[in-house]
Amino acid sequence: MEFIDYYKILEIPKSATEDEIKKAYRKLARKYHPDLNPNNKEAEKKFKEINEANEVLSDPENRKKYDSYGKDWKQADAYEQARRQQGQSRRSSGQQYQSGEYGGDFSEFFESMFGGGGRRSNPSRFRGQDIQAELHLKLTEVFTTHKQTFSINGKNIRITVPAGVENGQVIKLAGHGAPGANGGPHGDLFITFSIENNTKFKREGSNLYANVDLDLYTALLGGEVLVDTFDGKVKLKVAPETRAGTNVKLKGKGFPVYKKDDQFGDLIITYGVNLPSKLSHEEKELFSKLKKMRDHGSE
Amino acid sequence: MAANSLISIEQVCTQYKVDDTFIRALNELGHIQVIVQHNDQYIIRDQLKDLESMIYFYTELQINIEGIDAIANLLKQIRELQDELMLTKNKLNLFENA
Repeated sequence: MEFIDYYKILEIPKSATEDEIKKAYRKLARKYHPDLNPNNKEAEKKFKEINEANEVLSDPENRKKYDSYGKDWKQADAYEQARRQQGQSRRSSGQQYQSGEYGGDFSEFFESMFGGGGRRSNPSRFRGQDIQAELHLKLTEVFTTHKQTFSINGKNIRITVPAGVENGQVIKLAGHGAPGANGGPHGDLFITFSIENNTKFKREGSNLYANVDLDLYTALLGGEVLVDTFDGKVKLKVAPETRAGTNVKLKGKGFPVYKKDDQFGDLIITYGVNLPSKLSHEEKELFSKLKKMRDHGSE
Repeated sequence: MAANSLISIEQVCTQYKVDDTFIRALNELGHIQVIVQHNDQYIIRDQLKDLESMIYFYTELQINIEGIDAIANLLKQIRELQDELMLTKNKLNLFENA
C-alpha cells in the first residue's frame, strides 16, 4: 500500500486554505465527474481520487491527522487511540456531497488511515451506485431467449436474455445496483452484452450473411445445393448460369428480431464459384473444345 | 401513470435541499418532465438519476442552469454518438475477416 499525496491530487500547496481546497476540488470535479465523462474509466478513477482527497483535506480533523501522520500512515491507529482517550469529539457536520454514485469507493490507504469514521455524515439521501456489468455470450446463445445467472458483488442475479440481443446493447435492471446512502433508493444495474460470433455467419441486426461456394458445373448448368442456416439446413435450387457474387435471400431464415416473438430477419447467401483443379488430360481437351466453340460462336 | 412511478417535487426539494424554481427551470429547458396531477407537481421516478446529477452540478460544482443545459445537451450528443459508434463497429465486423 502506497502513500497517497492528496495535495498533489488536488493540485494545491500544503498551505492551501479551506476555500482554496474547495475551489480546487470543484474545478477538478467539473473536469472528471463520471456523469460528465460517460464511459470514461480513467475519469471515473481520477474522480474517486479527487473525492477521496477532498474528503480528507476539507475536514480539519482529517487533514490534521493526514498532515501529521500521512507518510507514517501505519501509526495512524495509535494516533487515533490516543486521540480518543483524550476525549476529543470527532467530526464536523458540514454538509458535503458524499457522492452516492461514485464516492463510496475509497483507497486502501484511506481505509487504513481513517476507516469508516473518516467519512462525514451526509444528511441527504442519495441513490446507490449504478453498477456496470458486462455479460459475454456466444452468438449461438442469443439465438433463443434464455435465462442466465451471473454473480455481481457476490449476489446471484438471474435474468432473461431475450433472443436477438445486439452486441454492445445495454439493458437496465432498475434497483439492482448498490444500496442508497442514508436510506436512498438502490442504484440500477446496467448490463452490456458482449457477443462473440462463434459461427460462420455475419450478422447485421436481424439479418445474417453467409457465403456458399458452388462447383463450376452447378453454377453453369443449375442444380441443387444444401445450405447451412443458423438452425439447420435447407436445399436451394440454383439457376443455370449463376455468377459468382449472386445474392439469394432466404426470408425468415435470419436472426430473431429483438423482443418480437416469432419474427426473424433474412439470411442472405452470396454465391461463389469453385473452379476445378488438377484437370485430367481429357478434361483439358474438353475445356479446350468448349473454348473453341465459344470463340467460333462469338465470331 | 402509476402513482408509484411519480415523486412529488415537494418531496424532491426537501430531500435534496433545492428550490423548486431549479426543478421548474430544468422543466422549461426540457431536461426534466414535470407532471401535474390534482394540482400537485411530480417528476417521473426514472428521471431521478439525471436530476440527482444535475442537482450535484448545481449545488456542489456551482454550475449554473445555463451550464447544466449545455452539459445535458452535449451529454445527449455523446450518448447518441456512442450508440452510433457501437452500431458502426458491429457493421464493420461484417466486413472484417470476410
